[in-house]
Amino acid sequence: MAAASSLHAAAPAATPCRAGITSTPVARSVRVATAAARPGAGRGRLVARAAVAAKGDAPSCAAASNSDGHELLLFEALREGLIEEMKSDPTVCVFGEDVGHYGGSYKVTKGLAEMFGDLRVLDTPIAENSFTGMGVGAAMKGLRPVVEGMNMGFLLLAYNQISNNCGMLHYTSGGQFKIPLVIRGPGGVGRQLGAEHSQRLESYFQSIPGLQMVACSTAYNAKGLMKAAIRSENPVVLFEHVLLYNLKGKIPDEEYVLCLEEAEMVRPGEHVTILTYSRMRYHVMQAAKTLVNEGYDPEVIDIRSLKPFDLHTIGNSIKKTHRVLIVEECMRTGGIGASLRSAIIDNFWDYLDAPIMCLSSQDVPTPYAGTLEDATVVQPAQIVAAVEQLCQ
Amino acid sequence: MAAASFTTAKFLAPVAARSGGDRAPPLPAIGAASARPRRGAQKTRLRTALAVSSDVLAGNKVVQAAAGHLAVTREEALELYEDMVLGRVFEDMCAQMYYRGKMFGFVHLYNGQEAVSTGFIKLLNQADCVVSTYRDHVHALSKGVPARSVMAELFGKATGCCRGQGGSMHMFSAPHNLLGGFAFIGEGIPVATGAAFAAKYRHEVLKQSSPKGLDVTLAFFGDGTCNNGQFFECLNMAQLWKLPIVFVVENNLWAIGVSHLRATSDPEIWKKGPAFGMPGVHVDGMGVLKVREVAKEAIGRARRDEGPTLVECETYRFRGHSLADPDELRRPDEKSHYAASDPITALKNYIIEKNLATESELKSIEKKIEDVVEEAVEFADASPHPPRSQLLENVFADPKGFGIGPDGKYRCEDPKFTQGTAQV
Repeated sequence: MAAASSLHAAAPAATPCRAGITSTPVARSVRVATAAARPGAGRGRLVARAAVAAKGDAPSCAAASNSDGHELLLFEALREGLIEEMKSDPTVCVFGEDVGHYGGSYKVTKGLAEMFGDLRVLDTPIAENSFTGMGVGAAMKGLRPVVEGMNMGFLLLAYNQISNNCGMLHYTSGGQFKIPLVIRGPGGVGRQLGAEHSQRLESYFQSIPGLQMVACSTAYNAKGLMKAAIRSENPVVLFEHVLLYNLKGKIPDEEYVLCLEEAEMVRPGEHVTILTYSRMRYHVMQAAKTLVNEGYDPEVIDIRSLKPFDLHTIGNSIKKTHRVLIVEECMRTGGIGASLRSAIIDNFWDYLDAPIMCLSSQDVPTPYAGTLEDATVVQPAQIVAAVEQLCQ
Repeated sequence: MAAASFTTAKFLAPVAARSGGDRAPPLPAIGAASARPRRGAQKTRLRTALAVSSDVLAGNKVVQAAAGHLAVTREEALELYEDMVLGRVFEDMCAQMYYRGKMFGFVHLYNGQEAVSTGFIKLLNQADCVVSTYRDHVHALSKGVPARSVMAELFGKATGCCRGQGGSMHMFSAPHNLLGGFAFIGEGIPVATGAAFAAKYRHEVLKQSSPKGLDVTLAFFGDGTCNNGQFFECLNMAQLWKLPIVFVVENNLWAIGVSHLRATSDPEIWKKGPAFGMPGVHVDGMGVLKVREVAKEAIGRARRDEGPTLVECETYRFRGHSLADPDELRRPDEKSHYAASDPITALKNYIIEKNLATESELKSIEKKIEDVVEEAVEFADASPHPPRSQLLENVFADPKGFGIGPDGKYRCEDPKFTQGTAQV
């Protein structure tokens, strides 16, 4: 942890972190945890700020580092991050259903029980509220639990503990107890998983004070955010997506940690700012191909930090493009998009040339039928149409 | 996997029916009711029936003789007396202060239940943890949180143990390992289970052992909570992993206005322990020495890594559920029945009877406590209210969680951030 803290440097006030520019030693963006490294020392060691291309484009990796990196699937990246943290900090432990002997229902904890033992990788009974609360109590007493919801939707059962205890205890205790808990799991609309396994809990949790929320979308940011979440002293909810676990990506061989509060510039552009996260990033990038062919130049930002929003990156983009499209998987009512729209209006109203458009999922329980399910979430064609409309 | 026969047998409640009267429909005898044999045999060794409430089992005379509580030394007795008097005087002062408009909101007083808090908590070390509910003032005091810190917290002052941010229902103290103070019943039990898990983890994974044994966690909660899912889920997990925890049920027979008997299919809460594989004990919660004896055993079990225990303390609150409760549903004869077993009076009589101290010594303890509580009120009165700048502090342990503002800096780096003038 010493390395991480020594590398945290406040961003120099005069040089806002420009999207896409990798020369600024953005120490807070990516921290490379080597003992000797100072922020900014040796550009080669610093992994450049995410000019990460999407799947299918140029090799997706921000690695401006010396070695080539290695390729793996997103769930393996999460696993790698978790293992690294568990090896370096013996207070990191995992609770969840089937995380131990079964290896995790999405294999994120595969092999961990053999490596670290049954107490550190704890197979819990099916009692979300109680084992999440157990995570809170353990965190208050010095451990750093990572609580897995087998599906994010199951964490609805843990809402009491997540809201009242996780989010609030640091405050109501007057700062006496910290809750360095990580709550993670797959959410989002999958492939015909049915309504209850297709939920987007980020919209339900976003009001909880004291909670941070991040969503990963690539192997690279998955590992970096996992590590950052574990090291954070705040309770962090890490949203993964059921359909992204097998996404291939290349990640650096060296250790790296990402910044929880930062957004990721996926594709710099000039005409319109498209804000998205998690799986919708890929629908956006797919739409971007079409849009580029039609002559548009969209700027795509994966907001990553769902709470709090990285208004700096978002704002810089809006100041440049003056048009905003939000593409999210949450439902229209009360989703992340709704809050983001509100935050943009509050902060960047003067820079907008057009009303903010927000494409969200339909306000319906996700139907089982494939055709209906496809109609529930935002598809690339809709994104293209929206940009066309915005840029008229 | 049965606990050592000694301890398990000791903790089997004797076979006896509950008293009838206005409180209960007649219940089947315990032995008959359970279809399957309970672990540890059917030995109903009445001479080890320490865990019997002579109030509850009114018909059972044999049981009444079970005053087999261990002798206490003079020092111990005076410590217990002082702690209970502190609890009582403090709570009475709370009522006064509430009606004088010094504290607000929901205030739940502990009058009458002092034997449970004192009986258990005075056996703990500083490293042991206590988790409570909204009726937590006295648990805080017993655990060692200074009366002035608790009173200041109740007054909402910045010098309160939680800087005024918690209030009556959220008492926390890290130095004293008081892990709350919870407003929703049952939500503290998993937290307590987690603290016990951490104790076990420290021992087994981090290899931090103490000659004293494992650090113990006590979870206090009421009869109403025993119908809540979190209670059962945690009994299961605690026994599954043999966590060093004691589940202490303060059964005061009422959940606001719902009698325990109207809410619970099987009102004998101690029986729910063996259902999960742990000993379940019933004890007269109005007798501090009886409680203390049971507590010693339960805490000892946890410390020796023998696993959790469920202790049902039958007790009574002399006041309403909270200061807002008109308390019209409880019958006067029930109230007077329990008032006659005031734990403080009972201990006082015991002390004088056994010549452990004189009446005047006890009186001087009472006077000392009154001074302590008066001083606590003065301190709280004189303390400042939290300034507005305190509002955003402590929301996050790492204030970077407030995010990066439009200017590129972390919001918390803005010097005006906590003044409430920064843009959040």
